[in-house]
Amino acid sequence: MKILRWQRPQLSAWSGVSDLSALRNEIDLLFGAPLGEFARRAGFLSDATPALDVYEDKDAFVVKAELPGMKKEDIQVSVHDGSLSLSGERKVEGNSADSEVLRSEHFFGRFERTLALPAAVNAEKISAQYLDGVLTVTLPKAEEAKPKQINVQVN
Amino acid sequence: MQTTVEQPTAAKPVAREEFVAPNVNIFETAEGYVLQAELPGVAKDGLEITLEGQELTIVGRRNAESVNGAPLFRERNPANYRRAFELDPAIDTAKVSAKIDQGVLTLTLPKSEQVKPRKIQVN
Repeated sequence: MKILRWQRPQLSAWSGVSDLSALRNEIDLLFGAPLGEFARRAGFLSDATPALDVYEDKDAFVVKAELPGMKKEDIQVSVHDGSLSLSGERKVEGNSADSEVLRSEHFFGRFERTLALPAAVNAEKISAQYLDGVLTVTLPKAEEAKPKQINVQVN
Repeated sequence: MQTTVEQPTAAKPVAREEFVAPNVNIFETAEGYVLQAELPGVAKDGLEITLEGQELTIVGRRNAESVNGAPLFRERNPANYRRAFELDPAIDTAKVSAKIDQGVLTLTLPKSEQVKPRKIQVN
């Protein structure tokens, strides 16, 4: 067994970008700027990756991702080599040819998000549920990753 | 032309509760407007849509999520959603309808019959 120092997944390193992105959204809200639309399309500082929460208890990891307005078939969840990937595509809808777009803040298109799992999981028992625009993935830990009580005999 | 305008949320302070403004798409057709708001984590029961004069307010409260265990990291904003819009006076407020599907609220705001384009026959 390898003993590695546990590291927090490095996704939080992106918080600087998301802060800037949030600021840009606030400015867009104030001015209703068409530039916001341009910046979004150009992928500049775009927050195309869904927001995630990850929880851990002694038996499992639980990942919750905000993916509003998707179809179940368009979401892919995969686990490979100790990392979890969430990907999918949100298709443009609700906009017909004779309608004029007054505001467009939703994200459409492909996204992918991968995170390293801090411990081994039992790939057979992973389950995912999509409800009210929130994807919940439950990843039970592999037996060897669960904490064990070891009784030490003292003579 | 921007016919639907946000009201600054500060105009109506709500006692201490913090809200986040949901992202919206708004389309206009000859028939009316369609407003779609992203409210992930909100079910039908958590929605509160109010019309006061020409002001439409959407409040979405998240489902209580029971999660065991300690958070490793959190990116989702736990605040409830709130956003207000000033409606085009042409909208027939009696005929506004709403539905929510997988965290996307769709509001259909039809224009009243008087303002829809129509042809006038010349005798």
